[in-house]
Formats: sequence, C-alpha cells, structure tokens
Amino acid sequence: MSEIPEQLSYTAEHEWMKHDELTTVGITAFAVEELGEIVFVELPGVGDMVTAGTPCGEIESTKAVSEIYAPMNGEIIEVNDALESSPETLGEDPYGEGWLFKMKTDGGEYALLDAAGYRALIET
Amino acid sequence: MSRTTPLHQIHEDLGARMIDFAGWDMPVWYDSATDEHHAVRTTAGLFDLSHMAELFVTGPQAGAAIDRALLINATGMPVGRARYSMMCNEMGGIIDDLIVYRLDDNEFMVVANASNGPVVFDELVERSAEFDATVDDRTDAFALVAVQGPRAESIVLQLTGPELGELRYYRVAHVELAGITGVTAYAARTGYTGEDGFELFVPAEHGVALWQALAAAGEADGLVPVGLAARDTLRLEAGMPLYGNELTLETTPFDVGSARLLKPKDDWYVGSDALAVAVDEPHDFLVGLHIDGRRPARTGYQVSSNDRAVGVITSGAPSPTLDQNIAIARLDHTPTVGDVVHVDVRGTTTLATVVELPFYRRPQ
Repeated sequence: MSEIPEQLSYTAEHEWMKHDELTTVGITAFAVEELGEIVFVELPGVGDMVTAGTPCGEIESTKAVSEIYAPMNGEIIEVNDALESSPETLGEDPYGEGWLFKMKTDGGEYALLDAAGYRALIET
Repeated sequence: MSRTTPLHQIHEDLGARMIDFAGWDMPVWYDSATDEHHAVRTTAGLFDLSHMAELFVTGPQAGAAIDRALLINATGMPVGRARYSMMCNEMGGIIDDLIVYRLDDNEFMVVANASNGPVVFDELVERSAEFDATVDDRTDAFALVAVQGPRAESIVLQLTGPELGELRYYRVAHVELAGITGVTAYAARTGYTGEDGFELFVPAEHGVALWQALAAAGEADGLVPVGLAARDTLRLEAGMPLYGNELTLETTPFDVGSARLLKPKDDWYVGSDALAVAVDEPHDFLVGLHIDGRRPARTGYQVSSNDRAVGVITSGAPSPTLDQNIAIARLDHTPTVGDVVHVDVRGTTTLATVVELPFYRRPQ
C-alpha cells in the first residue's frame, strides 16, 4: 500500500500539501506509482498567480503526460528547480526531495482531504 | 471483465503493474520498464505474449486460402519457415500485421495482434470459404512465452537441447522440452525487440511450467521478466511498426514502407486490385525522428516543415538505449536524413531531426 503521511492534506488530484507559513505542494506516492518513470516536470513560474483546480504544470512519465493542478488559489513563491535536471527525484522521494512548489495561499477555505480521506479515495 | 493469460498468477506474484491491453489484463512493467528494456539489450528478457492470437489454417488448400487472404505467398513457403505479412481490406487498408508459420504441408499458424485477433479470424474464415481449408482460433489453447536478448539462445537451449541453436532467423521447429516431461513446443526464432531470441508456443496448461523453467535456466544469465511498456520501447528503437500506431485501416503497405511484402502483380488476393492502383499514387512515408529536449513527442502530435503541416507522430518515447527522445512520424514526403522538422508538443514548437530507421541495430 502506498505511503500516505498522516500530517499532510490531500486533493482528489493526488497532490499533497504541507501547511507552514507557505504551503508546500507535491504529488503522492500513489500517483507516482501510477505514472511510472518520470522523465520531465514542468513547474509554474515563480510569481505566477494560480487558481484552485486549474492546471499549472505537467508531469511526463515514459508512458503519459499528466497535469499538475493548483490545489488552492495563490501565488507561487518558490519552485523545485532541481526537478528540471533530475525529474526522477519525484519518483524516488515524492514527499521529500520531490516536492513541486511552495505557494502563498489566499487564506480561503478549501475542501481538502486528510490522510484517511485520501486513503479511502484511492482504495475505492 | 478482462481476459487473463495462463501466466496471470505469476505476474501477480511478481508484483507486476497490470493494465488492460486489448481486453487482456497484462503486465505493463514489473519494477522498472527502463531496467527491463536494458536487460533485453544486454542480457535477456522473458515475455508473456499469450494474449496474441494463434489462428490455425489447416487442410489440403490451407496455403491457397492464405494466399487469397494475406499479402503473402504461403504456398511457396517451405515447412519450418516463418514470414512477416499483412492482411488488407479491399481498399488496400491494413487490417493487421502478422506472422505466418508453416508448421506442416497442410498446417499454418497465423499469429495476429491481440486487438485484431477476432477480426483477422473472421476475415480468414470468409476468405477461405472457397477452399478446402479450416480456420481455427486456438488463442486460448496456447501460452506464448518469448525470450529475447543476447543471452536468449543459451537460456532456451538449456530446455531444448543444442540442436535448436541451428535454427535460423524466421524459422520454426517442433521441439521437446527437457525437464517438462512430455511437453512439446513450437519454437520460433522470431521477436519484436530487435534482438536475437525465441518465441515458444506451448499448450496453455504448460505455460506456468515453461515460464518457471525458463526463469530458472536464465537466472545466472540475468534473465528478467519484461512487461508491455518495455516491449513497446524495444520495438520502437528497432523501427518496427505497431498496429494502431503506424499501421491502421487508413494506411496501405505503401504508406508504411512495406511494399516489399506485396506479391507479384498477377497474383489476385484481397486488396490486390486497390494496391495495384495505389502503387502509382502519392503515399505517405514513415521516418525516424530525434526530438530535441526532454519532452517526448507522442502519438498524434503534428509535424510541420517551413510552416506547412507535413504529417503526424505515430509513436514516440524516450529511448533508453540512446538516452534520447525518439519518434516515428508518418509524413507526406521523404525528407533527407539530417533535415530538421517541427513537432508541436502541446503548444510548444520542438525541433526534431530526421534520422534513419531503425534507431537501433544490434551489434553483429
């Protein structure tokens, strides 16, 4: 069974979020296993304003292209540039070195999943 | 509900990621498709291809029936020969590509793609109606296991004895399998990877025993199970067309560089009238491309040259062997090797260089 850390929140698009001063966003181990080997990651630009539920980047595996969805409204403050040269990091360490971007959210209310909710989602 | 092969439990036990492929529940990779790909290029890979259709044509006029049905001259094949061929419709469009094995004077095995097995079977039945020949779909009666790679021969010979080493490319033999008592196999020196190797057809109930015997025999040689993802990149590097990508009902053999498969003009077969006209008409060409950058060009992406649309990508992937994104494109002209064309990668114009097919040839 895929690892689903308890302290993170999740979206139905298989993204995880860690809420500190900024919100760090990545994709889940489950998503990584579904994608297979990752060959290319396109991240949003620093300073981009993103809208919840809309695409803001792409992840390509050897077999397919998947969109990265912004989990919340806000501004992109920092992106994980290392993924550009070593996209495989995303597959190896999705909750650590494979984080995608950090954003400053608009403080709105979002219907995010907790670990149990996300587990229920991927097990159905 | 997907169909399963006789080796389904083995794939589950190995922890394979399974996908639906042409209605079959098949392993797409076991651990890493890239590692599996490299293993076939450097040591050997073990494939479950039991989803492929085995269609038997038997009877005194079996060869004549196949001559009517396919591009091939089957009656001229010696027993023990295998040949690559195609089935076309009356417009010359490709229904499937397949391999014909002559097992005996009056017995041929036609191996068709899983997705096309039913339509090829129906067409074979219809096209052989005038002949003293019977068509039988024995897909479920067989397990088909392939061993491909530079060490394939030494692995397979451990089960069959050394004589099979003499079997040449595109030949088939009926052999006994040592260690699997009383079981015989059709052993063919064919494959879809660009490497040397064998495809072994055994009765379905012996598929597991064959797989396990090969896995054990190949352990010291670095034999690993290989899924469909690596099978696709292996055939792509080898420049081999895939039905549904390069080959479709809308393409003729001329569009896909397969004019060599046609019989002489005076032979009549289904599609020959249309193909006799098509030979003098403009047609498309398959070309190899090296794609700039890290983003693969994928099936359906548009190709342009000097702002003119010239064709479409039919297959594309990162090539593990070349460490380079490669693609096959169907273009309306033959560009010169070294020409640069543009590929629309989801809105980003990407440069691509025309290269010779195949992308990869095994060292001789």
